[in-house]
Amino acid sequence: MFHIYCPHCAEYREEEEFHAAGQAHIPRPLDPEACSDKEWGEYMFFRKNPRGIHHELWVHAAGCRKFFNMTRNTQTYEIKEVYKIGEQPSVVAE
Amino acid sequence: MQQYSGFGLFKHSLSHHENWQRAWRNPTPKKKYDVIIIGGGGHGLATAYYLAKEHGVTNVAVIEKGYLGGGNTARNTTIVRSNYLWDESAHLYEHAMKLWEGLSQDLNYNVMFSQRGVLNLGHTLQDMRDIERRVNANRLNGIDGEVLDPQSIKEIVPHMDCSANSRYPVMGASWQPRGGVARHDAVAWGFARGADSFGVDLIQETEVTDLIIEDDTIIGVKTNRYGDIMADRVGSVVAGNSAVIAKMGGFELPLESHPLQALVSEPIKPVLDTVVMSNHVHGYVSQSDKGDLVIGAGIDGYTGYGQRGSYPTIEHTVQAIVELFPMFSRVRMNRQWGGIVDTCPDACPIISKTPVKNLFFNCGWGTGGFKATPGAGNVFAASLAKGEMHPLAEPFSMFRFHDGALIDEHGAAGVAH
Repeated sequence: MFHIYCPHCAEYREEEEFHAAGQAHIPRPLDPEACSDKEWGEYMFFRKNPRGIHHELWVHAAGCRKFFNMTRNTQTYEIKEVYKIGEQPSVVAE
Repeated sequence: MQQYSGFGLFKHSLSHHENWQRAWRNPTPKKKYDVIIIGGGGHGLATAYYLAKEHGVTNVAVIEKGYLGGGNTARNTTIVRSNYLWDESAHLYEHAMKLWEGLSQDLNYNVMFSQRGVLNLGHTLQDMRDIERRVNANRLNGIDGEVLDPQSIKEIVPHMDCSANSRYPVMGASWQPRGGVARHDAVAWGFARGADSFGVDLIQETEVTDLIIEDDTIIGVKTNRYGDIMADRVGSVVAGNSAVIAKMGGFELPLESHPLQALVSEPIKPVLDTVVMSNHVHGYVSQSDKGDLVIGAGIDGYTGYGQRGSYPTIEHTVQAIVELFPMFSRVRMNRQWGGIVDTCPDACPIISKTPVKNLFFNCGWGTGGFKATPGAGNVFAASLAKGEMHPLAEPFSMFRFHDGALIDEHGAAGVAH
């Protein structure tokens, strides 16, 4: 069970208050009409899914209801850092 | 291969069961195979078995990083059914169901397939509309199914709370009498023994560390114990680790690996002789032959390879079971575990060619792969043997996420696979 620090509330809260919302840092294509089927499909459905360091989007659903990012190891489940939307992670996979 | 029979059991009892032939060999791999299958779980072993039996391709190796059937085959809740909504998935799972029905005889191995029926409960009006639609679709596809009212459910599962006073009253259910459970380990062992008898090499404790690719065509795999092993075709059947193999091939898959937890109770006297599933209160339960209640529910929402999940998920699961069966509230839970399930955005599997020529993937079964084991192995074997996808597998191409022809089973079959 995770003990997650919400960067908006500036507090540690229990995992049950949060929802994982998948991979972080997926930019919406600037001109969706110009996308090929392949590009659009990859934007919609294809995800990194690494075994190791992963950047994820989480939402503090039963708290401040704001989204934030998390860097987490998907094998050990260790949370490396949390950071706000728009910020860049300081821990990245090598 | 030594045939198993009642007479054989008697004969071996005379020598205190000390002279049974080993179920499979433990060979050193050759330098080259026609087909290499990565992953020695149920699906991988079934693929090897049907390759040898139905297509005469016996120069096959199954490379498994752990031991046979030690992944999700050993971790699932063993439910078998085929009552899926859409034609593509219904045909695939029904193909599996028909193979299940003769599997013990075919393998000469008792997989303890018990067609005790599967109930999918409805608790809301929308649940009931969906159930009626699904049952009608099933019947049009030749799959057995009935819509039951609470009174008939009560007759099948007398211990379940079907009263109008429960928090989420049971309004009805779909009932597939041919559904049931099978002994998961026996399925892997039966296929392994069958494949081995045709000369398939089962290479255990050997990890594939990389793929050998030349001109966008796979020609072999690198392993940690036996160096390079060459192959004409490679099939990857590694479930939760598919993304890792795909990365070796230089492409991505539309998969996310999640922990899926299950738990079993202490053994109790026979109380539940069918499988009860509910998407709405979100849990499913059956009772094993040993007497323990086998319980499962949904995935943990985050990506995870750790084969363990979070406590709140277990709590929600058990809440659902106690909601349905108040009498289980005092049953103690014995063991709990997690497996890694590779879920697709449309909750349907991928049985497909890949951007790498001669590399095939069978993955993305998410939470419902066990029930498809013989069927998936059968169609994947046909695809590997011919180099062209089997007609039943064709709709499950990984490229459907580019052209948009998804098979949206999410709402249809529900989360409780």
